[in-house]
Amino acid sequence: MPFFTPGDHPGASFAELLKRVGIDPFQKHLTESAAPVHFPHATTCVALRYADGVVMAGDRRATSGNVISHRSMEKVVSADKFSGVAIAGTAGPAMEMIKLFQLQLEHYEKVEGQLLSLEGKANQLSMMVRGNLPAAMQGLIVVPIFAGYDLQKGYGRLWDYDPTGGRYEEREFVATGSGSVHAGAVIKVGWRTSMPQEAAVRLALKSLWEAADSDSATGGPDTLRGIYPIVASITDKGWERIDDTTLSQLVEELIAEHQERNQEV
Amino acid sequence: MSMPFYVAPEQIMKDRADYARKGIARGKALIAIQYSGGIAIVAENPSNTLRKISEIYDRIAFAGVGKYNEFDQLRVSGVRAADLKGYQYSRIDVDARSLANQYAQILGQIFTHEMKPLEVEILVAEVADSATNDQLFHIFYDGTVLDERKFCVLGGDSDAIYARMKESPLLTQLHTASLSDVVQLCRNALSGPDRQLSVEECEIAILNRSGERRAFTRLDDAEVNALVQG
Repeated sequence: MPFFTPGDHPGASFAELLKRVGIDPFQKHLTESAAPVHFPHATTCVALRYADGVVMAGDRRATSGNVISHRSMEKVVSADKFSGVAIAGTAGPAMEMIKLFQLQLEHYEKVEGQLLSLEGKANQLSMMVRGNLPAAMQGLIVVPIFAGYDLQKGYGRLWDYDPTGGRYEEREFVATGSGSVHAGAVIKVGWRTSMPQEAAVRLALKSLWEAADSDSATGGPDTLRGIYPIVASITDKGWERIDDTTLSQLVEELIAEHQERNQEV
Repeated sequence: MSMPFYVAPEQIMKDRADYARKGIARGKALIAIQYSGGIAIVAENPSNTLRKISEIYDRIAFAGVGKYNEFDQLRVSGVRAADLKGYQYSRIDVDARSLANQYAQILGQIFTHEMKPLEVEILVAEVADSATNDQLFHIFYDGTVLDERKFCVLGGDSDAIYARMKESPLLTQLHTASLSDVVQLCRNALSGPDRQLSVEECEIAILNRSGERRAFTRLDDAEVNALVQG
């Protein structure tokens, strides 16, 4: 049990605690390799604001070069009860970053006895992304998006990041990953102020559908295996994942919509 | 050069124990008890911000009586140890028994080697899938660990509170007892015959057996009020 004297303790920071006990999750001992190595990559994630909060969504595919390395990856996860994080980039460091981020928020909450503010959470993630910069320079890029419900302000908020830890709050939506251009365009066209939740979920699904249609690294809904994108809403009630039954219905409607469109030609 | 007076080790230990016990007896007591839905912890605590009961990990709670700054330091150490272990191994590897042993080591070490013992008694409780596997570890100022069953009482006047708890017929049916039942029992036992603790003076938290990852829930005054009303 680590027992620190007052004035010499790592405070509420889990990352600082790890350092103090000699564990560094972001080791900077990378070497330059002669040939490019393909590590699994996670791709498209989106988040958009709606009337009651935010909706987050992400596809399930991970790719290594031209190979599909994983079909059911979970890139959109709850960071704590009132926030979620979605990650695009090299899967290994990305997953480690998510795990550390979740732990950091919970650690702070337990040590301090209260939740970190949403702004504080976004800032924490920014520092983690910046900590990964040396690895990012060697190709192991991690680019998250962060969204949550601000309990103090009473509405949903979302943030975009760049590989250097730059943190940009957006008012409408954010998209990250290889299919973000396509997904972002769909949301940009369909987004309305104070959308109801159902419309927001539909729009998120549609954006991932179009991204999968044009970007080979983004996976579409896999009805054969029953694998659907991860979609979740965050409101003043907290994080809630939309179940697969609802998603499969929405996907069927989306397919029907496309078929109808094709028949008209 | 003057020689220090010789004091027998028995006397040193006795003095330290007396000192610690006096400090703890000045504090207010708390009770942890099993009920049908998990484990309830009820503390007498007039403060609404300085907590005696708190979350350590998914299914583990901590409670302390005595000197606030001392048990709070132990609480934070416990959170750190649990989070580190869960990060390095897996969340299911974090358990109350291991934490209780580590606490016992620290308290024992300080009791024998430092000038002043810690004036605290602490509880490490873990809720399991079934009531038979629930754990209540009661750890004393000198590092003594007790593995308690059904309920345990910590802090000032604990013998009298223990006696009042023992009289209750509810103790034989804890597996069916509701949260409201055990909260009222604990409140009466903590109050004693001459007074009644107000809702604001009760700090209550539960470890829920529902199977959610984080079992710890703190009850606010409105929830406590509803329980006390029955």
